Amino acid sequence: MSAARKLPVIDELSGFFWTSGADGRLRILRCGPCSHWQHPPQPRCAKCHSADLAPQPVSGRGRVVSFTVNYQSWQKDVAALFIFAVIELAEQAELYVFSNLTCAPEAARSDMAVEVIFEQQEDVWIPLFQPLGADHA
Amino acid sequence: MLDGLPEKQCCITGVGQSEVGRPSPLNPIELTIDAVTKALDDAGLTLADIDGITNYPPKTDLGGGISPVGVGEAMFALGIDAKWIGSSTHEGPGHMSAIFQAVMAIATGLCRHVLVFRTVAQAQARVQSRGSTLLASGHSRVAGNNAWTVPFHAVSPVNLWALYAQAYFDKYGAGPEQLGWVAVNGRRNAAHNPNAIYTKPLTIEDYLASRMISTPLRLYDCDTHIDGATALIISARDTAKDLRNPPIHIEAMGMALGGLGQGIHTGDFTTLPATRAGEMLWQRTDLKPRDVSCAQIYDGFSIHTWLWLEALQMVKPGEAAAFMDGGTRIALDGELPMNTGGGQLSGGRFHGYGHTFEACTQLWGRGGGRQVKDAKVSVVCNGGYGYGALLLRAD
Ligand SMILES: [Zn+2]
Repeated sequence: MSAARKLPVIDELSGFFWTSGADGRLRILRCGPCSHWQHPPQPRCAKCHSADLAPQPVSGRGRVVSFTVNYQSWQKDVAALFIFAVIELAEQAELYVFSNLTCAPEAARSDMAVEVIFEQQEDVWIPLFQPLGADHA
Repeated sequence: MLDGLPEKQCCITGVGQSEVGRPSPLNPIELTIDAVTKALDDAGLTLADIDGITNYPPKTDLGGGISPVGVGEAMFALGIDAKWIGSSTHEGPGHMSAIFQAVMAIATGLCRHVLVFRTVAQAQARVQSRGSTLLASGHSRVAGNNAWTVPFHAVSPVNLWALYAQAYFDKYGAGPEQLGWVAVNGRRNAAHNPNAIYTKPLTIEDYLASRMISTPLRLYDCDTHIDGATALIISARDTAKDLRNPPIHIEAMGMALGGLGQGIHTGDFTTLPATRAGEMLWQRTDLKPRDVSCAQIYDGFSIHTWLWLEALQMVKPGEAAAFMDGGTRIALDGELPMNTGGGQLSGGRFHGYGHTFEACTQLWGRGGGRQVKDAKVSVVCNGGYGYGALLLRAD
């Protein structure tokens, strides 16, 4: 799964998410007053409307809510076979991030416990997820 | 009190659809003119009667033919002297936003007869380039909601909707043996629709043997790019008595906007914010789900029909899979005939407007071999992140 990725813009609101892996930790925006975790980032807290939001490290652990194994080729330079998944981070219910699972397609399961690993490309650290406790790819 | 609602002031008085093509020999503006001409003839109106115009969505040269004709181009090509001109938008409740705007323009007295159209030329665009339309923008990096999916290679919406299908399978113990009936039912109905793009018979075995695109969604779970246009004439209720067709009443409308366009998902990936559109719909009418004669349910991907049917309260949460299993209850002679013209899976991706066209076809009794007996009420819905629903009723 080392194919070239189409990278995200590093912008003011979300740039921290894409560079967070530089020190090996995933960060998510969190509200100061009410402690709500918010992803994707928004300029105000969805719960209390506070503007006092800042990135904070998370455990990097979560569970697979759903996944799909893609077989159709969409891009010339990307292998057709990949696992796209939505992961609920351990910190909060419905705190979802999209990612790829790095395990073999036949090993992927809904509800599987996973942990983050990072793949660096240019100035972006793409957060990917592997089964919890797997040997680092 | 319900009579005061804006949609109750409006009715559909004519519909038209161009010949479907994959690709079509006609260019997008000719497809549009063809559909509009048919709709006007259908209503018994002329271009001079049309005093309002709108479409969905805005014209764009990007996006692989998703909207090659806008309001301005159509207005001047047709020579329409509009008093009210709609502002078509990608924002809001999706495909039906143009219909909802037309209703408000009529109800507030700005105009009497609104032309609403939707033109697609995605098959022509595919002939020129088969690459992902999302990646055709030329930008080296992605921004906005695409930034949450594209870096993970998920460049097609099928990857996202596959997550919903898998989550639904897991939660309710459903599988492809049930989901396949959406495609099989659509194909069965398309055989009786002369303007459907795919009419060759499809069995559940064919479905299960078909190529996987993104698990659990297969080739036949995905709709089909076409070239074509649909036009609707929405009129003030008091004009209908002088026109050619009995009016089709807009009994109720409902809308909602989900966060998907912002990369935001709520719930457990088995429900849609379309639930709120369903709630709004039924709050605005004395009719009940049991009064619906046929359902035209958005099927960009097959899984949409399950999620929408539940959002519209036509079945209870988690029951859509069993409801469709075997394909008898959604068949033309079943308790809730669904996507009677083939839907987008077999009819072609008229992008929502084919569903409203088909509802009118049924309510005017023009379905021929696919006519639902005594069709009086049809529910129609469109959308996968902006959501719109209509309840249409014949006298
Ligand atoms: Zn807060």
